[in-house]
Amino acid sequence: MHKNEHSTEYQHTLRRLILESATTSGEGHIPSAFSILDILWVLYDQVLNIDPKNPNDDKRDRLIVSKGHASLGIYAVLAEKGFFKTSELLNFAKFNNSLGGHPDRNKVPGIEASTGSLGHGFPMAVGIAMALKIKKNKAKVFVIIGDGESNEGTVWESALLASHHELSNLCCIIDYNHSNDKALKLGNLRKKFESFGWETRTINGHNHKEIYTSLSTLSATRPTAIIAETIKGKGSKTMENNHAWHHKTPNKEELESLLKELA
Amino acid sequence: MRKQFVKTVEAVLKNDPKVVLLLGDIGVWGFNNASKLYPDRVHNIGILEQSTISLSAGLAMNGLIPIVHTIAPFLVERSYEQLKLDFGYQGLGGNFVSVGSSYDYAALGCSHHCPADVPILKQIPGMEIVLPGTPEEFNDLFLESYGNGHPTYFRLSEQKNSESQKVKFGKATVVQKGTKATVIAVGILLDRVLEASKNLDVTVLYYTTLAPFDSAILKKNCPSNKILVCEPYYKGTLATEVIDALAPRPIKIEFAGLPHKFFTNYGTASEHDKFLKMTTGDIKNKIKKLING
Repeated sequence: MHKNEHSTEYQHTLRRLILESATTSGEGHIPSAFSILDILWVLYDQVLNIDPKNPNDDKRDRLIVSKGHASLGIYAVLAEKGFFKTSELLNFAKFNNSLGGHPDRNKVPGIEASTGSLGHGFPMAVGIAMALKIKKNKAKVFVIIGDGESNEGTVWESALLASHHELSNLCCIIDYNHSNDKALKLGNLRKKFESFGWETRTINGHNHKEIYTSLSTLSATRPTAIIAETIKGKGSKTMENNHAWHHKTPNKEELESLLKELA
Repeated sequence: MRKQFVKTVEAVLKNDPKVVLLLGDIGVWGFNNASKLYPDRVHNIGILEQSTISLSAGLAMNGLIPIVHTIAPFLVERSYEQLKLDFGYQGLGGNFVSVGSSYDYAALGCSHHCPADVPILKQIPGMEIVLPGTPEEFNDLFLESYGNGHPTYFRLSEQKNSESQKVKFGKATVVQKGTKATVIAVGILLDRVLEASKNLDVTVLYYTTLAPFDSAILKKNCPSNKILVCEPYYKGTLATEVIDALAPRPIKIEFAGLPHKFFTNYGTASEHDKFLKMTTGDIKNKIKKLING
């Protein structure tokens, strides 16, 4: 298994793969994927107990990317970790390919839930955590939600449910890149989750050491919320906090320039 | 039917450790005993229907069989996208059992009416829809299908037929044979249809499963090409199924069902039946008109 001493190198590779896939297909939410790429990498590199060769093993830890539009991020990490071939990424969003703009659990190895409509993945993760408790399965459940997604009522319904049922096997990571501030201010998310009864921490969502420490020491008695302060488009100066790139894909010239930025 | 629902679910909880019951803060008293016996599998989950459906999908992803129970408009209409995506699209199995459909809760007004449950659920590919006519039929249909790996909607009614039929999931039943017209009776309307068809030369088909629709039995039992569909929800819902089943035959199709509007009166379900022309007499008039037309 790769360890974090090579993280920077892998982050470069992953971002390159995402940019090339999006350019080839003319599809994809690149900045949203970049926002959670460090978190995804640390999860699959160091935290999750999951075998790419046996992705449906009952004892595996589960990760649900509830903000499904960041699919290019999870695809790139799954491919790099051997769930499927990296070359598949270049077929992203093509008519007959399995890798769509939002992930489909019935098509892609390693994808736990088909997400896309915001506010579905979190309550599904609550259900998975409940199921594991009923079945006395020790596996853990992680879910990544966006700050925009946190406008949805189901996010707060899920926060209530997980706390009430003391789902200590559940960790919710909030990708707090503040892209939603322009619409609806969420305020102090940490205090909000605390008031719902969660163990809550705030981290730099791009610092691998902080990500690892927070994700590997979950509360033993209640669900854990990680408020990950992130930058939308992280790693590309052109895209960082630039809303114009939210659902824009580069042309060939722009790709060359963006790849140089990464280097 | 609600009492039978409790009995049936108590039995499956006992016999099948995969079953999990989620109550939307209704029917809780009835399941007190089950809740004590199976505290990890019986939950009064609260009044948050959308998350309840998604949560139950999470249970289904891990091999459990969820049963979600609450009032029809909140179970179906409020949670429609969750039913569509989390169960339909993801191909998961679960059971959604409603009370208070159409105007069973007439006096509570439009917020608690639900005549659109069947029409909209039909639009979710793979969704199974079951309308039992008696408590015993619910028991038989539920036991046959609850663990079949598909999302299945069961509509419990406050009304019931006087006698149970021998029902099978996915199959309709020939209750009466005749030549001048074929009358389709859905769920609790069978008593009214049989009374209305008395001494008339018509075939009566009884449907408790609407999706998947039993096309074969209709094809075999429609000698006249005249069909009256009697449905206890917005009328016209089964039109496509009937036309497809009998294609390319030219047919005349009429409906005795609920008009596409809000029912702004209160009172009782039987008062609504009269006002909306859903009585035995109304159905009889429609059959006669169809035969003689």
